[in-house]
Amino acid sequence: MKSKKDFIATRVARFFNPGDLVNLGIGLPTLVGKYIPEGVVLHAENGAVKYGPAPEAGKEDRDYINASGKFVTLLPGAACFDSALSFSIIRGGHLDATVLGILQVDEKGNLANWTTPGKVVGMGGAMDLVYGARRVIVCGEHTAKDGSPKIVKQCTMPLTGAGVVDVIVTDLCVIEVTKDGLVVREIAPGITIEDIRSKTEAELIFPEEIAVMGADK
Amino acid sequence: MNGKLSRHSFAGLEPRRCRLFHGPKRVRGVKTINQLSVNKLCWRKDVAAKFADGQTIMVGGFAVHGVPNLLLDVLVQSAVKDLTIISNGAGDPGVGVGKIFRSRQARKHITSHTGTNPELCKMVSKKEIALELCPMGTLVERIRCGGAGLGGVLLKTGIGTVAEEGMQKLEVDGETYLLAKPLRADIALVHAWKADSVGNLVFRGTSENFNPLIAMAADLVIAEADEIVEVGSIDPDLVDTPGVFVNMVLAESGT
Repeated sequence: MKSKKDFIATRVARFFNPGDLVNLGIGLPTLVGKYIPEGVVLHAENGAVKYGPAPEAGKEDRDYINASGKFVTLLPGAACFDSALSFSIIRGGHLDATVLGILQVDEKGNLANWTTPGKVVGMGGAMDLVYGARRVIVCGEHTAKDGSPKIVKQCTMPLTGAGVVDVIVTDLCVIEVTKDGLVVREIAPGITIEDIRSKTEAELIFPEEIAVMGADK
Repeated sequence: MNGKLSRHSFAGLEPRRCRLFHGPKRVRGVKTINQLSVNKLCWRKDVAAKFADGQTIMVGGFAVHGVPNLLLDVLVQSAVKDLTIISNGAGDPGVGVGKIFRSRQARKHITSHTGTNPELCKMVSKKEIALELCPMGTLVERIRCGGAGLGGVLLKTGIGTVAEEGMQKLEVDGETYLLAKPLRADIALVHAWKADSVGNLVFRGTSENFNPLIAMAADLVIAEADEIVEVGSIDPDLVDTPGVFVNMVLAESGT
């Protein structure tokens, strides 16, 4: 039995095809890297494409890190570059998708995930990613640790981006952000529509056909 | 040049003379005329002599990687204060650029991320240091503008968020953008993989990050490198930052 996090990461990974250039954010999104199909190319905003897994102990090279500051290896065909070029990849529409975490996401596809009110932290590259990537996939557990909904009518926390989210993946369902609102496309096995409604503040649209989340393609 | 030219002794491995230009609008800054034929190698004491209270200093690095640690040590020892530090992140507590915050030499920090340095975050909360946050891609473009003679850059990043506060909105061909203005510094502290004595720099891996950008955007650019190599040993096609941007190279290596 996979953990909730692995279940979410596995589903997110299935959005990608070999050749896609993808940036994975910090936290749960990083776990997606474990499940992506071979040939998906990872971008690190600190200045690398085609980075691979962490090196073996003792083989760390301080000149090769990812955006979390963790040591990485480079795969054949990798490239390293400066930060201006790295963000040109992001803003210039060259990045097929980014995967980021959620503090709050709302009916309009607004995303809040970089800070809570009063906290000193900084947005890093998250704002560039949500405005630049061709597809923005956000993922995380359906509710916050205290059980409060993360998928809300309107974000109350400082926004990372306005109207930027395309897809929301949680342990309960997959939601597409459309101009009509939030449409549930897949539901996890054993979960009912009522389960999802009770844990979601936002208005959700349940179309007639909804796939089972995690079922083989 | 409409400023006063003065001669200034420059202590390097082979002391040479270079000219210093004090621009009319800059009081603290030191504008140098660069030459690719000048030996730019220098020692810590030469670097220390360039620091002064109230300067704006750009520092290379991402997290604690690609950081000019030797030059930061000189800055800490110089004990100059009231600095404005511009860097991608805030380093770790007391590590990397975090050294400058621990030593309480900065009064302002312009950055994209402080999350790795709770010590600095606490100082910001207590209003001991001013913080200006800017999305990473916007920050790097502001620095690039500063170094490339551009009056600013139009970006969509941050529209509808707190990042747009204080920024002018412009409409171009029906699209709305935020105007990000250029950033420059009095001094840039750069970390490279290899440097030669005329200031040509090569970066390695993800330690490149902001380093080549800040190397264009300051009146005085000081580099350190993992390895100091002979002039001519770097393939010209592989030079990342041409020596024309670099004024001084620390004649010490390895951090």
